[in-house]
Amino acid sequence: MLEFDDIQHFLLTRPRAMAARYGFLTIRNAAEGRAWLSGIIEKVGTGKVVAAGAAGDTRWVTVAFTWNGLRGLGVDEASLATFPEEFRQGMAARAEVLGDTGANHPNHWVDGLASPDLHGIVILFARDVAERDRCVREHQQYAARFPAVRALSTLDLEATPPLEYAHDHFGYRDRLSQPVIDGTGEVPTPGSGAPLKAGEFFLGYPNEAGVTQALEPEILGRNGSFLAYRRMQEHVGAFRQFLQQHGRSPEEQELIAAKLMGRWRSGAPLVLSPEKDDPALGADPQRNNDFNYAKMDPHGYAVPLGSHIRRMNPRDTAANMNRRRMIRRGGTYGPPLPEGAPEDGVERGIAAFVGCASLIRQFEFAQNVWANDRTFHELGNERDPIIGTHDGTLEFKIPKRPIRKVIKGLPAFTTVRGGAYFFLPGKRALRYLAGLTTRG
Amino acid sequence: MQNDWTKPAAVAIPEGGFFKAKVEQGRYGPIFPKTPACYGFSILAKIKPGTKQNFYDYAMRIEKAVAETPDCLAVLKLHYLRWVLFDIGKDTYFMYQGIFDTDFDKYTEDAVSIFTRTGLRTVFENLEGFPEDWHTNAPAFIKFVRDHQCPSFLEYGEYPYVSADEVKKALRLKAAFSNMLDQMQ
Repeated sequence: MLEFDDIQHFLLTRPRAMAARYGFLTIRNAAEGRAWLSGIIEKVGTGKVVAAGAAGDTRWVTVAFTWNGLRGLGVDEASLATFPEEFRQGMAARAEVLGDTGANHPNHWVDGLASPDLHGIVILFARDVAERDRCVREHQQYAARFPAVRALSTLDLEATPPLEYAHDHFGYRDRLSQPVIDGTGEVPTPGSGAPLKAGEFFLGYPNEAGVTQALEPEILGRNGSFLAYRRMQEHVGAFRQFLQQHGRSPEEQELIAAKLMGRWRSGAPLVLSPEKDDPALGADPQRNNDFNYAKMDPHGYAVPLGSHIRRMNPRDTAANMNRRRMIRRGGTYGPPLPEGAPEDGVERGIAAFVGCASLIRQFEFAQNVWANDRTFHELGNERDPIIGTHDGTLEFKIPKRPIRKVIKGLPAFTTVRGGAYFFLPGKRALRYLAGLTTRG
Repeated sequence: MQNDWTKPAAVAIPEGGFFKAKVEQGRYGPIFPKTPACYGFSILAKIKPGTKQNFYDYAMRIEKAVAETPDCLAVLKLHYLRWVLFDIGKDTYFMYQGIFDTDFDKYTEDAVSIFTRTGLRTVFENLEGFPEDWHTNAPAFIKFVRDHQCPSFLEYGEYPYVSADEVKKALRLKAAFSNMLDQMQ
């Protein structure tokens, strides 16, 4: 039985938030850090509380820490040593494994995200911008009492119009394929697979291999998850220019955009609608995820083998998929670039979290093998066209009868501007952290 | 050109198994380089005294497992596997040598899962020093494999860098052409 009254709501619920702020923190003094944490714990919503108050709530708070942050709060070395190696190292140190090279390298990261001084994050989701700003002011007043808990940086996020559905700055509909956790009562949409064991996402429960992951002491790990944060700039001007360069008509351009993703920008999957867009299909959760590759599109004539969704969720063309699934949360930042407007040089993109129980087995595998392995599916010289690391030397192949189309010199449509690994503790663990007295 | 399969190639590998100037980092540590003989490993370990028969029993099980489920090892992108027992003095050693198309690091967890499902576990559990909690402790399993890996100092490929999938594709094409020509008679 999942402890909904202890697990932070972040990976369990998805309240309708139109604005957010991520506050990145450094803790200069353990006792003061714990005092700050003590006062904020009551604001942190659990799965149970947030689900119950879904209609009336206007803001949702989440707190998580880096390994350095846990040390900064006074967690002892024996306990710190029980955290997985990749988490202890932190995302910046794992850059090569993740493919964060060239322009994506941590040397270029912003917000202090590559710094060992990054200790924690407060994630605030709010119903709208006004509510976010009110909460920010309230927290600023509170935090002023703890000068040793300092903001390294902040990032404000707002939904990108049109607001009727979630999508990124490129215009792709988002939140189409998310795993369902066993025990939540949620029913998977057709094509989404059976619910996954809670241990794939939360420590303290059996995972798909029947193993229960834990930390020492048990209270610290139980109901916790690991988060991989990625701030990814989207080069909307370059993306639109690319579509114009490779598509003679607006229809052809839409098809190229769809081939890169594996879905039309409306969300309609190419497997089910290979020739033309079908917005009604894209918007219908009972149909828009109901497809496979091995039987329905083995050669990639609909969805190219190297397209984004075929890499990030190979469905029935990969082994042990149940051990690789992740839960995504996040949103868009920066102003939208109006259609037809030239690139304005303003940074815009996605700032998202990937939640899982094992960063190395789930998130790092997806980055290392699915996104950035050039030989994935025997492709030879490709990476994920949307989130892979690109320097203009790779290609993208679109299977087509009689002869495939090869786009050479694929540009980078995104740049990683920062990232970090966080541990998202349960609420009892937050109280345990706040109550530590071992160090000063 | 690295992918020119028409030109046999050999590569001499420095002591330690890595080309120091270009060591690629994998999730579980540095990756042994790809050579004309693709990726591979040679794991050598001493077997526990009195367990020799277990290896022969295990061989029967693997034969059966592959016969019943021919794609049970597909995820490992293998060309060949060889299992060898040999004696040094009074001790018996085990060598497990594989040639495959992806660095082992990429599909480590899948390998652990296959070990569990196919009963491959039984043979490794007869090796000295193999972690008893290996099926819940992937890092310990990986450490054992790395600690017992004996890297090559020379590798050769008659058709270098060609993947098993490419070989199979070529054979399928040959079969299709043969069939087509038969139909033309």
